[in-house]
Amino acid sequence: MSTAAPRTWDEFMEGIWRQNPVFVMALGMCPMLAVTVSAVNALSMGVATAFVLICSCGLVSLMRKMVPKEVRIATYIVIIATFVTVVDYVIQAVSLALYDALGAFIQLIVVNCIILGRAEAHASKNPPWPAMVNAAGMSVGFAIGLLALGVVREILGAGTLFGVSLFGADFQPWVIMLLPPGGFFVLGGWLLLFSWIERRKQRRVASEVAQHA
Amino acid sequence: MHESAFQILINALLANNLVLAMFLGLCPFLGVSGRLETAFPMGVATTFVMLVASLCAYGLNILLTAFDLEFLRLISYIVIIASAVQLVEMVLKKYSPGLFRALGIYLPLITTNCAVLGVALFQTSRDYDFVQSVTFAIGGGAGFTLALVLMASVRERLQLSNVPDVAQGTALSLMLAGILSLAFMGFAGLGG
Repeated sequence: MSTAAPRTWDEFMEGIWRQNPVFVMALGMCPMLAVTVSAVNALSMGVATAFVLICSCGLVSLMRKMVPKEVRIATYIVIIATFVTVVDYVIQAVSLALYDALGAFIQLIVVNCIILGRAEAHASKNPPWPAMVNAAGMSVGFAIGLLALGVVREILGAGTLFGVSLFGADFQPWVIMLLPPGGFFVLGGWLLLFSWIERRKQRRVASEVAQHA
Repeated sequence: MHESAFQILINALLANNLVLAMFLGLCPFLGVSGRLETAFPMGVATTFVMLVASLCAYGLNILLTAFDLEFLRLISYIVIIASAVQLVEMVLKKYSPGLFRALGIYLPLITTNCAVLGVALFQTSRDYDFVQSVTFAIGGGAGFTLALVLMASVRERLQLSNVPDVAQGTALSLMLAGILSLAFMGFAGLGG
């Protein structure tokens, strides 16, 4: 069993860094931009998506031998929709304020490409445990992306973080950051940063190879 | 407040554009907006699916409410949309195989286009009547097509200009979308 642990860990880290759904694969953009006006919203969206993702990947993986190939997508969608309905009613019961803030975007988790993508590309080919670990990694990666966006937009757009005022009363909020264009700009900025880091790494590797040659 | 059909149309088309103001349907928006020849048909196909889905969703909602089965709403809407997409796919494959190939993977992906499900869900949550639902679907679809075509035209031009390497790809598209979205904010309040 000594080799099993690091493999599982790799599986988990995959979604957080190398295949980060937001920054590397650019999936799940819609809920990403719409709900990230504050860090709290972003975090709750991340948790809701994580629940749906992990549960549906587990179930898809359990059923992978039963489902005929032709109807697999339809089956996955129905499984996902079931869990989303659960989350929808739970959030409505726990916090009505949050339910109003996230609005239709809780139900729209159904059409989040990350979930269907994971079910199709990973869970349908792997046993339940690795599938769920991979799904957990992905959801953490997605939540990090959401938070990265939500935190920046809340600090710049309202001068607060998790509702706590940061700069005092005479801060002029940069309201555009809370409006739709701000979402596009901030996400674009993060993607720029990531591709810059990636490029620097490539150049370093290339120069090291050149030195050794 | 009772909105007139015209207000709904203008609102969905410009002031509350599905893509640029409500962040729905971003995946195809970023994915197929590379070329104008594919962007426009994609928009039309999506509009058609939206219309069919909205009609079915309207009828289905009456049925579900009558039998007290609202918790099945999400699941049944998704199934309807998937069937509508299948229909469009078969029609396109028969009458326009070239276009069918050009749209490729993005055609079946209309199923997971949040704009389509979004339209169905919004019309339910806003209690639109039949005429309002249909106008909302047409306006929303037209708005989606408009955003897609605008974006594709800008990106076609951009291929000729000198862009830093780092900014190539999604990052640049997002910045563009942000600027377009700024422009669309000017329409705010137009629908009353």
